[in-house]
Amino acid sequence: MSNLLSLHNIHYQLKGRTILQDVSLSLNAGQIVTLIGPSGAGKTTLVRIALGLIKPTSGYCHRQAKLRVGYVPQKVSVNQLMPLSVERFLSTSNCQRQLLHEICEQVSIQHLIHQRINNLSGGEMQRVLLAKALLVNPQLLVLDEPVQGVDVTGQAELYQLIQDISKRLNCAVLMVSHDLHLVMSATDTVVCMNNHVCCHGHPESVSAHPAYLELFGKNIEPSLALYTHHHNHVHDGCSHDLPTIEEEHKA
Amino acid sequence: MSFIALAAAAGLAIALVAGPVGCFVVWRRMAYFGDSLAHAALLGIGVGLMLDLNLSLTVLAVCLLSVPFILLLTNSPHVADDTALGILSHASLAIGITSVSLAAGGSVDLSSFLFGDILSLSETEVVIVICMCAVVGTILAKFWRQLVYVTIHYELASVEGLPSRRLEITLMLLIAVLVAVGMQVVGALLIGSLLIIPAAAAGLLASNPERMAWIASMFACAAIVGGLALSWLIDTPAGPSAVVVATSIFAVAKLIGYARN
Repeated sequence: MSNLLSLHNIHYQLKGRTILQDVSLSLNAGQIVTLIGPSGAGKTTLVRIALGLIKPTSGYCHRQAKLRVGYVPQKVSVNQLMPLSVERFLSTSNCQRQLLHEICEQVSIQHLIHQRINNLSGGEMQRVLLAKALLVNPQLLVLDEPVQGVDVTGQAELYQLIQDISKRLNCAVLMVSHDLHLVMSATDTVVCMNNHVCCHGHPESVSAHPAYLELFGKNIEPSLALYTHHHNHVHDGCSHDLPTIEEEHKA
Repeated sequence: MSFIALAAAAGLAIALVAGPVGCFVVWRRMAYFGDSLAHAALLGIGVGLMLDLNLSLTVLAVCLLSVPFILLLTNSPHVADDTALGILSHASLAIGITSVSLAAGGSVDLSSFLFGDILSLSETEVVIVICMCAVVGTILAKFWRQLVYVTIHYELASVEGLPSRRLEITLMLLIAVLVAVGMQVVGALLIGSLLIIPAAAAGLLASNPERMAWIASMFACAAIVGGLALSWLIDTPAGPSAVVVATSIFAVAKLIGYARN
């Protein structure tokens, strides 16, 4: 089977700092791959290279010809003076109205289509962005932290939704996450990285792998692990995200 | 044709295009960019006077050449964008005024360049203004949806196959042309406000980007007509009067916005 996307020995340097070192990765149709790692591990950079938004310093990225890619960025925020409804935002992709409404139903955002994009909550925004990515009928779905700003129940729902979509469309998924335990059931392969690939494989095997435990610490209960992974991490331009437990303690 | 009809024709042509162009300036926070270009236009006047060339041409050339220069400066990692543009904007104003004084030896009336001289346009000048505005408006209309998409999210647009960088540069060149043309009508200090104020007022009232562009055009036209009327009735300078009218429209829009919420 030929790969939809393959990255070969990717190196990426920025201002003398090595962000990615010898990273290789491949994706087949219907496969869900999750990148996890601490902040600054180069996950977003790798995603940007996979999307062709930036070029690696060395190594190469091969995408199947005419691959339809749906991309869910970390966040979309438009100027307050841009009157942009969800419907108008979605219709920036040239697609038929009927398809647009079908997809809105699939991700349960029909009730939001007349809302302003800037008035959405974190979870609503992520669903709108997911809908946008689905409009191109993707063979590959790339999601950069799809559960950002979403409460824990919502996160589980979103991962379930992504998994369902992947099955239904038989599309490959490449996503970035902070937390292994939440994505565990929704992913086929986990790539644990910290500028290089520390370990990869099935989620269960990765969670027991020494390299993973070294990065994320041992004996952490899943529910606690969520917060541990979030500490010291600031998302660009998202200062209004829900505070982590630590931040709440400080306050 | 009477001078007031000529002034109205040129002013309205610019106002119609300034609406949608101004929307992008507002959405993309390019107010300083517009100002820098307008001030650089003064340098174009200075160069034109020194070399005894057509001023419209030298202004246009200098504005267009400023775009890559500004891009280079604002992408520098050492200085923040607003600082870089702040320096550029005021430096070009100072250099422009200095060059005009040098070229004309103090005999030239600076205020007509700073605040425009809409009432003394010749028929040829008005025709040129209208043609340039038509070109800018046509290109803008053709790429409107793509430009809006790139403005909403650069990378989403790129992933969907749009040439985002090229679209951005096209937009900057269009702004440069409009500033070069508008500068001769409402002046280097005020063309920026004709871009921003009507668009900002429209943004407070409109329900989608396209309607905002149309409303901005209408507001800009109203400003021009109002400015000319004030100038006719109470003998105030036309350019600044137009900006005063635009600002009043913005104030009313803001009040309506408050009332709605």
